Amino acid sequence: MVEAAWLIPTLPLAGFIFLVLFGRKLGEPGAGWVATLASAGAFVATLVTFGGLLSVEGPERFHVQTLFTWIQSGSFSVDAGLLIDPLSITMSLFITGVGTLIHLYSIGYMHGDAGFARFFAYLNLFITSMLILVLGDNLLLTFLGWEGVGACSYLLISFWFTDPANATAGKKAFVTNRVGDFGFMLAMFVIFSELSSIRYTDIITRSGEIGTTAATVAVALFLLAAAGKSAQLPLFVWLPDAMAGPTPVSALIHAATMVTSGVFLLTRLNPVLAQAETWSLGLVAWVGALTALFAATIAVAQTDIKRVLAYSTVSQLGYLFLAVGVGGYVAAIFHMVTHAFFKALLFLGSGSVIHGLNDEQDMRRMGGLYKLMPVTGFTFIVGWLAIAGVPPFAGFWSKDEILLYAWNADGIGGKGLWAVGLVTALLTAFYMTRQVILTFFGRSRFHDVTAPELDEALENIAAANRQAVIDAEAARDKAVVAAEKASGDLVKRNEALDKAKSKVEAATVDVARSDDADEGHAKLVKALDRATQAVTKASDALVKANNAVDAAKELVVEANAAVEQAQRDADNSGNAINVTVPHYVTAVTAAPDVAEVEQHLPASYRERKEYHPHESPWTMTVPLIILAAAAALGGVLNLPFNHDLHFLGNWLAPSLFGHEAELTASAGTKWLLAVVAITVGGVAIAAAFNLYVKGRGKPASVEKRILADAWKVDQSYASFFGGPGRALFNLASAFDRKVVDGAVRVSASAVNIAGRAMKSTQPGFVRSYAWLVALGTAAVLVWFLGRLLA
Amino acid sequence: MEVTQTWYLVLSAMLFSVGLVGLLIRNNPLVMFMCVELMLNASNLSFVAFSGVYNDIAGQTAVFFVLVVAAAEVVVGLSIVVALMRIRPAATADDLTALKG
Repeated sequence: MVEAAWLIPTLPLAGFIFLVLFGRKLGEPGAGWVATLASAGAFVATLVTFGGLLSVEGPERFHVQTLFTWIQSGSFSVDAGLLIDPLSITMSLFITGVGTLIHLYSIGYMHGDAGFARFFAYLNLFITSMLILVLGDNLLLTFLGWEGVGACSYLLISFWFTDPANATAGKKAFVTNRVGDFGFMLAMFVIFSELSSIRYTDIITRSGEIGTTAATVAVALFLLAAAGKSAQLPLFVWLPDAMAGPTPVSALIHAATMVTSGVFLLTRLNPVLAQAETWSLGLVAWVGALTALFAATIAVAQTDIKRVLAYSTVSQLGYLFLAVGVGGYVAAIFHMVTHAFFKALLFLGSGSVIHGLNDEQDMRRMGGLYKLMPVTGFTFIVGWLAIAGVPPFAGFWSKDEILLYAWNADGIGGKGLWAVGLVTALLTAFYMTRQVILTFFGRSRFHDVTAPELDEALENIAAANRQAVIDAEAARDKAVVAAEKASGDLVKRNEALDKAKSKVEAATVDVARSDDADEGHAKLVKALDRATQAVTKASDALVKANNAVDAAKELVVEANAAVEQAQRDADNSGNAINVTVPHYVTAVTAAPDVAEVEQHLPASYRERKEYHPHESPWTMTVPLIILAAAAALGGVLNLPFNHDLHFLGNWLAPSLFGHEAELTASAGTKWLLAVVAITVGGVAIAAAFNLYVKGRGKPASVEKRILADAWKVDQSYASFFGGPGRALFNLASAFDRKVVDGAVRVSASAVNIAGRAMKSTQPGFVRSYAWLVALGTAAVLVWFLGRLLA
Repeated sequence: MEVTQTWYLVLSAMLFSVGLVGLLIRNNPLVMFMCVELMLNASNLSFVAFSGVYNDIAGQTAVFFVLVVAAAEVVVGLSIVVALMRIRPAATADDLTALKG
């Protein structure tokens, strides 16, 4: 039965190879089903192995299956072998179990994606690497899996690599993890130098031979490795960005499995931890506790549905570190398993929401989805109750166990750890309640106008107003020109009248001068008449021109008034249009009224109006339902009421070698702590309810800008590595170019110079070579003869 | 007059000198090649002579090795000479300076 173990990592590996070769031909959904079957096969193989372990007694549940010798170099030898014990099988069970559900879910989620087969090939490779990580029987094999999951994480975060932001997020995750991997390698060297072996069997059985200092150093280095992979302070920055990948990846890799491998590693090495100084365990616990609190404060102010869950994951991983640090290994694994259930559930639920809302991730644009997505909504609520620590859901039992162990811890500030854990629990309940309310309850805000859309509409209106002013000004300019022209006309008419008058005068003089009887007289009189008539005409024209000028002036006045009016309209329109995008929380009751600006809104608004949020297909909801059941009932794994109900604790005992901390708290204390935890959770839920449903108090008072920016850690890193850090890198780079490369170049040129010097001895004439050989031989002969005679 | 081992050694020395001088003063690759063969066989002769002097079979064994190596050398060397002559029929050894440093 236990012999089936080799199938566990092999089946997904076969799936990966098959999909790499034939995935494209298989297409959608065939490739997805092949991958799901490979993962399900691994789950079945794990179950069979699990059965095999159950059939033997506790201490015998430790089995090494050697497949082949991997590396053989002198006394250093590494086998590719599997270590099958309760710890590795527990990990394998939830990796393959949750993994299979997420494979199934992805068939629905990745529907229509061009990289469908590629995605499933990566998922299978990830499952393989993760299983090698947990099943490997030595540190190097674990490291192989460790790097394998890192590579898969990189590939899947930047799965949609055409978007530079996704590619950058992938690189960030990879580079940040390298810092931790460096710690892993050094720790491995420390262990090898102490034991001359990196097999877990040797580490476990001969842990006493590790010196205290060496063990402490190894624990610190392993903590660095685990902090990288499990996103703890100060290396957590990559995990929120990792949400750029497809949501099933966030659920599988960045919430349920890979990020827990740091905790697994520390648990696996519990004999080394037991050997180390107490303060190094305190370091583990405090790193965890502070990360838990730190990430929880950030989660309170996030508006992206996946980022809330990302910071929540960082926070919950902190809890796991806290548990390991205080010696609560069972509690850590217990919470790891329940967290895998409910966090995978929450992530898949958020994926279902995102899928149903046409890739909308902003919670400010959600609300009221419970009616539209009943299955997603219901299962999400189960996940919320589990993570918020509401009894009897799974999270309550595991979280309480960790708090109890923290309270119990001696010498490393246990009470302080407990207090930090409790505040974290309070914040967790608060931000998860906030998320559930904003996403599933209240008014549906999906169709609301967005601030950018409103800005665009206002901009459109302002542009129309500006155009009106320009038009009015153009009309006025035209009127002014017309008026000027009319004035010019008037002057001309005046001149014409003057001319006509002078003509009359001249004609009158002529008439007076001439004789009445004169023949010319009559003509002159006629001319006078004509001139007089011309004067009359000119006077009439003058009057008309005068009128025209008056009319034109009036028009100019009117046009000026129109311009002023348009200007006033333009100035006022900003104030006149009373449409704003309300704070998303106050929008719970009423939608912003956009009637005034509706026709100016951009096309995206109208397109969204046409789109109706919908529930996801069965391949997505079935995993949700199964995970919801697990999240609700997971507490059964390890009930604290009596020793026999401590299933997980009893099961894991053979992997812990009695290094689990002993609980000294009395039953009364235990009950008291549980009641305090429940009360705190209830208070947080009530507070969130008050704030986001009842609308009492201002959400802005908790959603601080600094929290939304994650305490500016990212920016500080960026400015440090961009500024003083860069100078350091430049220095190192200069050292490399000048000193290291310089040494190489100097020796190269020395050879070159020597070669040039020797060149003349090689003329290419065969006979001169023959002469040299002959002379050399002769010289040797003479020397021999000399010795012979002497 | 009895033919002693010394005669063989003297002959060997003479043959070797003829070969060496030929190698150094002649300019025709083929002749130089034959001179090399002459030197090889001169040393073979002294091997056999010494083998007789010391009554040791090792000297004759060495001759076999020399013969085998010489045969191989003839194969390679003659092919090179023939190939060279095809490209430059009138070439002397001094013309073949492609390996000049």
